[in-house]
Parts: sequence; C-alpha cells; structure tokens
Amino acid sequence: MREPEHVDANVLAGPLSEILSVDLTTAERHCAVCGAEGVFAELHVVADGPGWVASCPRCRTLVLRLVRTADSLWLDLGGSGTVRIRTGP
Amino acid sequence: MVAWRPATLVAGRWESDSARTLVLDVPDWPGHRAGQHVDVRLTAEDGYTAERSYSIASAQDGDHIELTVQRVAEGEVSPYLVDVFAPGDRVEVRGPLGGWFVWDAKAPDPVVLVGGGSGIAPLTAMVRERRRVGSPALFRVLYSVRTPQDRLYRGDLGSPSDGGVDLFVAYTRRAPDGATRGPGRLGVAEVNTHGFPADVAPTCYVCGPTGFVETMADALVALGHDPRRVRTERFGSGGGT
Repeated sequence: MREPEHVDANVLAGPLSEILSVDLTTAERHCAVCGAEGVFAELHVVADGPGWVASCPRCRTLVLRLVRTADSLWLDLGGSGTVRIRTGP
Repeated sequence: MVAWRPATLVAGRWESDSARTLVLDVPDWPGHRAGQHVDVRLTAEDGYTAERSYSIASAQDGDHIELTVQRVAEGEVSPYLVDVFAPGDRVEVRGPLGGWFVWDAKAPDPVVLVGGGSGIAPLTAMVRERRRVGSPALFRVLYSVRTPQDRLYRGDLGSPSDGGVDLFVAYTRRAPDGATRGPGRLGVAEVNTHGFPADVAPTCYVCGPTGFVETMADALVALGHDPRRVRTERFGSGGGT
C-alpha cells in the first residue's frame, strides 16, 4: 500500500489554536527517540479521517494525534519528546 | 483561539485556466506576515462543513487578503471556490496562521524561494511584501510549473520593476516557443545556478507538492545549505508542478 502523502505540521496551527493559547508550530522540539532537534512545524503530518497524526521527520515516531468529533477535540500527546516554547527574547 | 471571521468575496481574478485569485474582505483583519496561511470554512445549507488551508498570496493590505485556489479535479471545495463563489458571497476564515514558514520583512539576508505549481502563492506574498516595505534583501525565485499557460502571477512575479528579485521559471511539460531550455524538472544544477551559494547563508523557502518539496529541500542541503535555513511547506499531492 502506498503511504499517504504527508504535509508539514504548519497545517496544525489553526486546529491547535482551538485548544492552546500559544502557536505551538514555532516551538523548538527535541525527539526523545532519535535525538532530532528542530521546530514543531517540521513534523510530518498525515490527515487521517477526522484527525491528524504528526510524527518525527527523522525517525517517524508518533508525536501527536488530534481528532475532532462532533462535540470534542481529542489530543494525544503521546510523549516521545519535549517542546520548548520561548516566552521571552 | 484564533477566531473564525466572516469573509466576503470582493473580486475574483483568473491566474490560469484552473486557478483563480479570490480577493476577500475580512473586517478587522489583524494583518499577516508573508508566508502565513488561513483556514477556510464552508458551511452547506444542511450544516455540513468543510475546511481547507490556503496560503495568503498578497502583501499586507488593510482588511483585504488574496488566496489563489487551484481547481482540483473531483475536489470537494476547490471547484466551488474557483467556479461558483461570486462577489458578495461569504465564507469564514481563521487566521493568520503559522509562524514558521514566514519571511521577516526586516531581515537583510538574501532569500531563495523555490515553488512548485500553486506552491508559488506564499512565495509571491513574500515578493509582494518585499516590494511593499521597500526591503533591500536580494531574492532569487525558482518556479517549477507545467506549461506557460499554467504559470501564475504573470506580469507581476518577475516584473522588471522589482529590482533585486530574479526569477527563473522551469517548465516541466511544455516550454514556450523559442525557449532555450526544453521542458523538464528543476534540477540540482539549476538550483545551484539560479539560487544563492550556501556561503552567503540565504534563508530558503520551499513550497509545493510533497514530492517536489522533498526533492528540492534535499537538493539545497546537498548544495551545502544549512538544513535549519531551509523552511518547507508541503501541501500533499497535486498542485501542478
């Protein structure tokens, strides 16, 4: 089976704004599995039915799942790394 | 939460046979940075909704934003926005969104823009914003597109009045009559020739279908560009490279 084509996690800026007050897409990210350093926006995202699945661009570890239902947004942060959101200059 | 706002179509402008620019009026638009996108929501009479993300193609301009929509055959949203959506009609937009794939209009660094198909839209916003603010940053634009008829923003992108912006167009399926370059994909050697060398540390922005972006980002890194200075925006399949 052909893998569905991924996009960048930039696309999650809108949906994540429904639950977070900061723009997570610009946060720095460290992968706990492969050690990759980067930016959240660089995660690979596959739109999967009613939701999105984001994974590490280097090791493909699942980082986040976001699913919308009629009355809720489900967020699975899974683990597998840290994000750093800068609050000052 | 970034609020959904009503947006009214002010005017439509054909860019090609299959792509149309929508000029939307969004009251109290907070302004945007070049490269950002919006989510667009359509609601049918029965309450069914569909959402899509589109890059903003215009520079900052008060309450107006411009989105270029490429018709995707059998798409659910784009045929409506390209062929049916008329002046006075409304959609909802949420934005501006995304703080990563943006050009800082105050940055003096040289810039390489690589766009495939309708991936040229957010890159055109960067060129237009550069013009608006009178930035001296040097831009080199590489644009991969199928045929001369598919080319977007003719007469604007690559305008001779834009001093400091060089445009190279790679036609992949059919070249214009008399062109010295035959049709073919944008290659590493062309990215080398028409981009900036890695030593001048340009910021690179690559946007287009996923396969195109992967190839071009790899080419830039192979040419010695720091991967941290290569920003990408993939939009999946299609889009006319």
